[in-house]
Amino acid sequence: MTDQTTKLIHAFSALADLGEELADTRDFEEMVRSTLHVVLGSLGVMRGAVAEYVQTDDLLRFVAAWGLGEDTPEKFPLDSRNAEIFSTADPRALSLVDQEQLALIETRLGTQLTGALRELHVSLVVPLVVHKKFVGVILLGGKATGESFTSDEREVVRTMARHIGVGIYNHRLLREVEQRAEENRGLYEDLRTIYKDTVRAFAAAIDCKDKYTQGHSERVGKYSEIIAREMGWSEERVEGIAVAGYLHDIGKLVVERDIINAPYKIDAKQSSELNRHPAAGYEILAPINHPFADIPLMAKYHHERIDGRGYPEGLTGEQIPLGAKIVSVADSFDAMTTDRTYKRRKVFTEVVEDFRKNAGKQFAPEVLAALCRALLKEVQGETKERRMTKLLGKDYLEAAECAPLLIELIAELESGATLAASSA
Amino acid sequence: MGNSHDRSPVRSERNGDIAIIYASDYLNKLSGERVERECRVQLDAGCRALVVDFKNTGLVNSIGVSIMLGVIDAAERASAPLVFSNVNAQAAQLFEILGLTRHALLARDEADALAMLSEVNAPPHGRQVPVGRHT
Repeated sequence: MTDQTTKLIHAFSALADLGEELADTRDFEEMVRSTLHVVLGSLGVMRGAVAEYVQTDDLLRFVAAWGLGEDTPEKFPLDSRNAEIFSTADPRALSLVDQEQLALIETRLGTQLTGALRELHVSLVVPLVVHKKFVGVILLGGKATGESFTSDEREVVRTMARHIGVGIYNHRLLREVEQRAEENRGLYEDLRTIYKDTVRAFAAAIDCKDKYTQGHSERVGKYSEIIAREMGWSEERVEGIAVAGYLHDIGKLVVERDIINAPYKIDAKQSSELNRHPAAGYEILAPINHPFADIPLMAKYHHERIDGRGYPEGLTGEQIPLGAKIVSVADSFDAMTTDRTYKRRKVFTEVVEDFRKNAGKQFAPEVLAALCRALLKEVQGETKERRMTKLLGKDYLEAAECAPLLIELIAELESGATLAASSA
Repeated sequence: MGNSHDRSPVRSERNGDIAIIYASDYLNKLSGERVERECRVQLDAGCRALVVDFKNTGLVNSIGVSIMLGVIDAAERASAPLVFSNVNAQAAQLFEILGLTRHALLARDEADALAMLSEVNAPPHGRQVPVGRHT
């Protein structure tokens, strides 16, 4: 094979290498470094660099350098006037060893910049221009043969420079898109935080209205979240049901305080007024564009019962959204396990008994089973985070006593035995 | 400016003041940078001549050439003679065309390379970096 043919094949092969390296966008600097190697290796150039033009800072930033020595600067001042000259430079490859071109370069770029390039032993300067925008420059030292660059070799470098320029340009676009995406993510997170804070504020407002149930909404939110996670819901849906739990009683805001706080058994009219709160909650929540689905429905149906004896619509079984069934269990569990002025909380054995008695009537067995499993995991120390234990108070769940009760109830609920017994 | 993430060593041996570094089957960026790094390590450790052996190397791409130019540069900065041994005909032609052989000798094999370097280092004519292609 003649030298000329070998050289041509090597140049073609280098172009293929260049394409491969440019396609690898995982690490920008590594990509540029590889492309610099390709350029140097295709022509047998001992040293060189690729620098990108940073318009905002008026400088050339060296992204990759090879053989220029450790004193190579990381950046190089370049004002916009010089950048403009580079972007329109003709010829496209400027030789610093050609006396005629050197004079031209000095005129265009000034003696300071030209001198600095010569100090780096740069002999060929190839601007990277994409869509008439100057994006950077390839700086090449001398060839290992000691000969000047031929016109063919300059053409090879110019071709490679176009590809590398596009690579840098695309990377910039990608960086901008990523930056925007990051900003949007930040804004989204801020909005979520505001939304959550607002939800918490509402929950606090709801609980303020009912002096007996301080913290109830927050606890229902947390229990709902735990149950849903135990049932295998996605994190996004879990987040949604937590919000539903926080807001399930929002309709109480439109119920008279005297009725909510009545220290005696309320009459039928008052009861009817109080029972308006799920539907009122729906009216309040429905116009809001929540980031999570079905929150208004969960509030509306959290007093529905599986057996159809609930309110406001007397829905049965599958007609009730699962989310509402979860909030219903969480709501009742908190009601049973917290002291009220007119009523002490139930001991855990009574709670278990209530669940057993009302599974399939008031409560969905699969939801009760999930709550019991989550409790059991905490009792048996399977979960590090003992959230329910904290909410219930550390002495409420006695491991020795609770675990067998929970195991037995879970078995019944999962086998359907409880439902059969309660129906009998 | 980035560095290769690959830090696995390349095989090398010392023969007195001479370090012999063995290039792998395909001299690309990954393997080339390992060779280049090892050469620098050997030069920093005081070795006075380098042999890069290409016995196992079938193909040298443009990046491999560039990295070998880096080895040449490092050797020249340390005034250490450099010999490429067991270079196949295709790579040898490439090294010749691209000017690598103006800075490093080509030797038939490792023994030949060591012999050439012992000549270079022999007194009384003093040290001289050999130039040109060995046939």
